[in-house]
Amino acid sequence: MPEVLKAPLVVEFPFTRSVGPVQSAFLTGLRERVVLGVRTRDGRTLVPPVEYDPVTAEEIRDLVEVAPTGAVTTWAWNHEPRRGQPLDTPFAWVLVRLDGADTALLHALDAPGPDAVRTGMRVRVRWAGERHGSITDIACFEPYDDAADHTAVDEPTAHDGQFENTIDGIVAPARLDYTYSPGRAQTAYIEALSERRTVGERCPSCRKVYVPPRGACPTCGVATYEQVEVGPRGTVTTYCIVNIKAKNLDIEVPYVYAHIALDGADLALHGRIAGIPYDQVRMGLRVEPVWTKGARHPDHYRPTGEPDAEYDTYKELL
Amino acid sequence: MSKESVAVVGIGQTKHVAARRDVSIAGLVREAARCALDDAELTWADIEAVVIGKAPDFFEGVMMPELYLADALGAVGKPLLRVHTAGSVGGSTALVAANLVASRVHGTVLTLAFEKQSESNAMWGLSLPIPFQQPLLAGAGGFFAPHVRAYMRRSGAPDTVGSLVAYKDRRNALKNPCAHLHEHDITLEKVQASPMLWDPIRYSETCPSSDGACAMVLTDRAGAARAPRPPAWMLGGAMRSEPTLFAGKDFVSPQAGKDCAADVYRQAGIADPRRDIDAVEMYVPFSWYEPMWLENLGFADEGEGWKLTEAGVTELDGDLPVNMSGGVLSANPIGASGMIRFAEAALQVRGQAGEHQVEGVRRVLGHAYGGGSQFFSMWLVGAQLPDS
Repeated sequence: MPEVLKAPLVVEFPFTRSVGPVQSAFLTGLRERVVLGVRTRDGRTLVPPVEYDPVTAEEIRDLVEVAPTGAVTTWAWNHEPRRGQPLDTPFAWVLVRLDGADTALLHALDAPGPDAVRTGMRVRVRWAGERHGSITDIACFEPYDDAADHTAVDEPTAHDGQFENTIDGIVAPARLDYTYSPGRAQTAYIEALSERRTVGERCPSCRKVYVPPRGACPTCGVATYEQVEVGPRGTVTTYCIVNIKAKNLDIEVPYVYAHIALDGADLALHGRIAGIPYDQVRMGLRVEPVWTKGARHPDHYRPTGEPDAEYDTYKELL
Repeated sequence: MSKESVAVVGIGQTKHVAARRDVSIAGLVREAARCALDDAELTWADIEAVVIGKAPDFFEGVMMPELYLADALGAVGKPLLRVHTAGSVGGSTALVAANLVASRVHGTVLTLAFEKQSESNAMWGLSLPIPFQQPLLAGAGGFFAPHVRAYMRRSGAPDTVGSLVAYKDRRNALKNPCAHLHEHDITLEKVQASPMLWDPIRYSETCPSSDGACAMVLTDRAGAARAPRPPAWMLGGAMRSEPTLFAGKDFVSPQAGKDCAADVYRQAGIADPRRDIDAVEMYVPFSWYEPMWLENLGFADEGEGWKLTEAGVTELDGDLPVNMSGGVLSANPIGASGMIRFAEAALQVRGQAGEHQVEGVRRVLGHAYGGGSQFFSMWLVGAQLPDS
């Protein structure tokens, strides 16, 4: 069996996110070196703040300012920081309960090694030099020896949450790294295409020929192995005329996007029709693939000049 | 043990708009949930479980948003489930919630579906560049337009029918304060003159991209007896699936859709849907799907659906009104769109639909579909308790 194809697939997109009134105040506060939480009706102070009380589901809008100092409630050492993490040298992920807060905030602690970290240790915010209204405005936390000046209890103080130029939204990039493999059946199909042959697979049960093959019949649920060469000619079963330019495609509009049933295949694949004015394409038109040098797939399909196929011969393939 | 009867006693929707930049996702779902609770005159404490749905995670880039919506939806300490069936998800979500009541697992359940399309990129999420594969040559409209052409060929429908549907739905939307599109100066000529995007589909025959949420409170007979307003009773509900592509798939009238409708009608004792059902909220993201689904759902014989549309039968004052709310063509927060169909069907039988209320409707079908016409979910709701 030939080796199955593999290729990297990176999926990445910068999503926008409206943050709502509470996170708006929190993020804008960070830009101004102010850490805000919310006060629940039963007197707890939640940092980072939430919009709705986790116990009562009540809407919470009472903002309070807490201290930029606090204690580590638990931690884990990160030996190998990855791209996009807060520090590029090994650090501790920490949950920090800021003085005046009843809940803990997740962030990074800059420490020389795991031996320098312990639950209960005192830490303080290290502000980023440039702040834009983001959780990374806190560059990280750092150990803080406050035996001299730490007052016993830091009461949170009420805050109106009013700032100039509030942050109403953030951009949250998402990225996924995959190794993609099309599998055995599609690998054989792709390799045959490099010889400009189209090879599908026949289901041993219903006898339908699948192009491209999936290695299994989706209706019978059985594996398919029998290879069947189809085409190269086929019939346009249906189509649309595309009048809007796709962002990443270098094709002039209008063009015809068609479903093409290759001779011998039991379902249609999709392709572009050219070599004929777009408004003369019709259902039943007989077409053949046109290849360009080095391309993995046919560039488009063009009319063969044969008489059109009768509707009855392809209506089951629509 | 027989099934418990399921009643809709609370319905809430946001005003669907192009972009809700003033609220987080939590704030958006909260609004709809709060409206539904207020309608039912219930509090968070009355809810025993929460079932939510939205379109695929990558539409908005929030992985498993249910994880951070528990407090916004009062779900702390209760079961919180998420349902995931592409565009039909709003319908399937309501049915999963309904089944929790019907099976007597819970007495009162909050169900909600949402989408913040302004913060998503559905087109991109649907067409990732897969190695070795030929790039897609068209967007969502390009996927569906060839099937519309196949329908026109099969039925002999004149090419004017698509515009009639869009013109009707956009006028209906003017009577629905929650609809996204309120095109006060809409005319049939304007629809017909709008640009052809994916011939045979015109710009005005496609759905908008919306931010919105929809919520319902479902309960049992005891809960319905305490409800302040008339409930809608579920008379039947079903889901069906089939592969995206397979040899013999009928994209014009998928078998899964026919089977799903037949199951709902069997449960509800509907012999002739055209006679026994008074109105329909169906999932029509491209206007031509109205005549196509009229046939798939058994309201017309094969090839005859367009004649109902053309004759005005599906108008708000017609014999079988379709999409009284303005439909998906007038508001499409994708994940919520199916639930909006279900909720609008319930509003009609409760007599609570306001200006787009059809007088005297007793049984209304809510319909959703998704993926490559492969997931179907439907319910039939009535003004009267089943078997009474």
